[in-house]
Amino acid sequence: MTSSSSLAADKIKPTKKKSATIEPQSVSNAIVEIVSDSGEGSQTAGQLFGIVSARMGNGTWTVELIPAEIEPPARSPAGASGNRIRFGTDVVTNMGDTADVVVAFNEQVLYSRIDKDAFREGTHIFIENKWGSVPQEAIRKAYATALADFQTRGYVVHEIAMEKECLRHVTDARRGKNIWVLGLLCALYDRDIGIASEEIERKLSRKGAKVVENNLTLLRAGYEWGLANLPFRYTVAVKPPDKPMVVMNGNQAVGLGAMAAGFEICSMYPITPATSASHYLASEFKKAGGFLHQAEDEIAAIGFAIGASYAGKTALTITSGPGLALKTEFIGLAVMSEIPLVIVDVQRGGPSTGLPTRVEQSDLLAALFASPGDSPKIILAPSTIDECFHFMITARRLAEMFRTPVIVLTDANLATGVQPFPRPRLSEKWLSPPLDMSPWDKNVDPYDWDPETGLSQRPVPGQKDGKYILTGLAHDEKSHVAYVSRINQYTHDMRSRKLATLQHSLNKPIVNGEPEGDVLVVGWGSTRGAIEEAVGRVRDDGEKVSSLHLRILSPLEPGLKEVLSEFKRVITVEINYSDNPDPGQPESNNRRYAQLAFCLRSHTFIDVECLSMVHGIPFSPGTIEAEIRRILKALSTV
Amino acid sequence: MLDIKTPKTTEPKPRFFTIEDYEGQVPRWCSGCGDLPVLAAVQRLCRDEQLLPEMTVVVSGIGCSSRFPHYMKTYGFHGLHGRAFPVACGIRSRRPDLNIFVATGDGDCCAIGAGHWIHAIRYNMKMVVMLFDNNIYGLTKKQTSPTTAKHANTLTHPKGSFISPLNPIAVTLSISNVSFVAQTVDWNPPHLYQTLLAAHRHPGLAFVRILQRCPHFTAEVFEPCQRDPSLLLLMKHPNGISTDDTVNKIFKNQVEHDPTNLLEAQGLAVREDCHPIGLFYRNESAERYDDFSKSGIEMDRSEKIKAVEEELDRLQI
Ligand SMILES: Cc1ncc(C[n+]2csc(CCOP(=O)(O)OP(=O)(O)O)c2C)c(N)n1
Ligand code: SF4
Ligand SMILES: [Mg+2]
Repeated sequence: MTSSSSLAADKIKPTKKKSATIEPQSVSNAIVEIVSDSGEGSQTAGQLFGIVSARMGNGTWTVELIPAEIEPPARSPAGASGNRIRFGTDVVTNMGDTADVVVAFNEQVLYSRIDKDAFREGTHIFIENKWGSVPQEAIRKAYATALADFQTRGYVVHEIAMEKECLRHVTDARRGKNIWVLGLLCALYDRDIGIASEEIERKLSRKGAKVVENNLTLLRAGYEWGLANLPFRYTVAVKPPDKPMVVMNGNQAVGLGAMAAGFEICSMYPITPATSASHYLASEFKKAGGFLHQAEDEIAAIGFAIGASYAGKTALTITSGPGLALKTEFIGLAVMSEIPLVIVDVQRGGPSTGLPTRVEQSDLLAALFASPGDSPKIILAPSTIDECFHFMITARRLAEMFRTPVIVLTDANLATGVQPFPRPRLSEKWLSPPLDMSPWDKNVDPYDWDPETGLSQRPVPGQKDGKYILTGLAHDEKSHVAYVSRINQYTHDMRSRKLATLQHSLNKPIVNGEPEGDVLVVGWGSTRGAIEEAVGRVRDDGEKVSSLHLRILSPLEPGLKEVLSEFKRVITVEINYSDNPDPGQPESNNRRYAQLAFCLRSHTFIDVECLSMVHGIPFSPGTIEAEIRRILKALSTV
Repeated sequence: MLDIKTPKTTEPKPRFFTIEDYEGQVPRWCSGCGDLPVLAAVQRLCRDEQLLPEMTVVVSGIGCSSRFPHYMKTYGFHGLHGRAFPVACGIRSRRPDLNIFVATGDGDCCAIGAGHWIHAIRYNMKMVVMLFDNNIYGLTKKQTSPTTAKHANTLTHPKGSFISPLNPIAVTLSISNVSFVAQTVDWNPPHLYQTLLAAHRHPGLAFVRILQRCPHFTAEVFEPCQRDPSLLLLMKHPNGISTDDTVNKIFKNQVEHDPTNLLEAQGLAVREDCHPIGLFYRNESAERYDDFSKSGIEMDRSEKIKAVEEELDRLQI
């Protein structure tokens, strides 16, 4: 292997020199990427690397790098597929800034990552070197040009004959190169090769002993090659967890949470990036007595769920932005007729079909307002994988207690982010109550609103004396159609009052850091890890900066005005669109703000600023940190 | 001292239901509206079959005919325009114990709800579907529906619809896994009743198109048929809709049709010279989606917890 920080890239040839194993240097955390054409297995290798690190006791966060097409052209930026794995001694909550190390199966896929600012000067690139000697001149040239370009960008390129090394052990190197690379990374980061072997066996055992054996051979080969040839190695100290941990991505957590919450029906229509939650339920739900219904469209999906809910089996529907748009009329019906229901929206880039595989937090306002008329509903936003699981239980409970639809907003970042969290301690209380078929009290109307709270109990088909005709038309306590002005005003009050009731029962949200200071950064959903890391960095410099992460967006958590008023500047960080406040852009009166900022401004009358972007990627802590420092600087010069 | 009496054990009184037990609010349909006799037939059916009112759900969309649930004293779901099918399927999915009736109009079913119509037929979950076909949008006051005849004048097509209407029976018969398709008229109570009864007894989705008079907007469409029964063609078969002498006498124009013969049914469905009434097609062994969707309803809570624990074991690191 040759390190080519100064030489012309096309002259570099790998050497076979064997050297003594280098002692690893200790680092507190690391960011590694594996990138290849899709179908070359880099995602499998990346996931395995993440799990190995998690099992060793490192904090980890794994992000999938997904191409938008099924069979993108080979050797193209559009086809880049893989993983970023960030791991560290402490808990890791986000994807971090730039990568320390990237392994690439060809040079072109790296350009998709360069476009996302994934690397920095000094990032080590370990790259398959066969492209330098293929018969096609165009490819050889492209390879050489790219390598030269990488050097101008300051990356440190290491060419490796990956395929050739694999061919010493197997006949088809394209299958299995990923595992050789996993072995190499295990050597580079001092990973426990025993754990890696176990995970390979676990993952591949279904494919038969021969496949497992081949892959174990490649793992060891990559590992040994790394020990013998790597010019540097690292180790990341572990703090073995004091309690059992589970590891999964956000969509799995949503699916498993739905099972733990006792849902019996999940009704969906396929849409990226929500579908994998349904794939997960399709394989597991039955074991917990549930049924996954793939409907003919999103409208039918929610209609089916509402039917099941009406019949006493509070149901779930999972979708993404375009599907949420189709569901709005039914959401309005559920609000109006007070049917409990949970809707998970795994947000992606919009508007329209937008960026299907990429992250955005752009559906907050749609979730709040999209249904016709006034349609108050509960909106929750989990901020970690752990919360994706637990919020499903909360969501079902709130839906039933408040007799209302509950929208759970996650996003593509949570959906594909993999993170260990403490194993949930299940409780029978989390399950939905069994169907009540006892006679209904004749004297209680189907909408027997408590005027103080707006709450009421609902009869369910099968309950004698509970019969009522549910309707989306304006109706009175008996569910009789009522066009009387006074009744319509009153029933609106009752539905809205439920939100006030929920709000009263909540605690004032807790600020991360001091409850007063110069800058408060407010976020919701998947940005929490990056925000808290950024805030931590500036606080380490003695700055008075705190953050606040909202989990309940409708009703807004109580006391926000007081909380926000304790800071000189308040700024939201959101992955959605807002007008740029720079000169030449819309004047402040006309400026369109990011979605949570919009809500907080109208809710608190405080001049809440926003940092928002629609790059289709999560915020890095560095970007947020830079903005906080900019605000601090502006404050100090006032 | 407290005088504690042991309660007398009383046998629960056997419940017997009369027509009134199924009568909800007073119907607000126009006088002479064909929806009225259908309501009476359904109430009679419930009485004759002694359906428990609390175990019966009538689901509808939006339209004049979709007001149907309000006039029944059962559970009811008067939902969104075009969306009765998914709701009814969702109710059925985990509640095999309920009797489900669906009331839908020609606009509700064949226009805005057409996608759901096709899929509901294919899912074949047990329910009785009544398509109230008055050839018009009634509730919104006289717009063209998919079944409006070409030259009929409506407020959206004052010179008549541009293209020929859709044939709901022909469409339904061509959907995979269709299991019961019948046609009847609102103005012949015995045939209407027998058709709905056969539909109710069918183990799957029974689709009944009811030629429904709308004296308010489309009097000219079915009044001729009412006056001249020879414009209808009575399909007869020992396995078809049972007909009594009155029916046989009124509908002299008859044809023998075996309801297992799908091809012949499709031929009858597209006849333009008359409206066939009776049973077009029945297949009692068609696959049923509710057989799958109900899986696990009996599972007890500890088993559910166990399943999640096992999954957590698998995901534990
Ligand atoms: C989403 C939506 N679009 C339009 C309407 C208006 N609308 C109500 S009923 C109806 C048509 C009803 O016709 P049909 O289904 O034939 O029922 P009928 O009144 O004739 O019984 C329409 C268009 C609505 N309620 N909802
Ligand atoms: S408008 Fe027609 S369908 Fe509607 S109630 Fe009147 S007669 Fe019946
Ligand atoms: Mg109509």
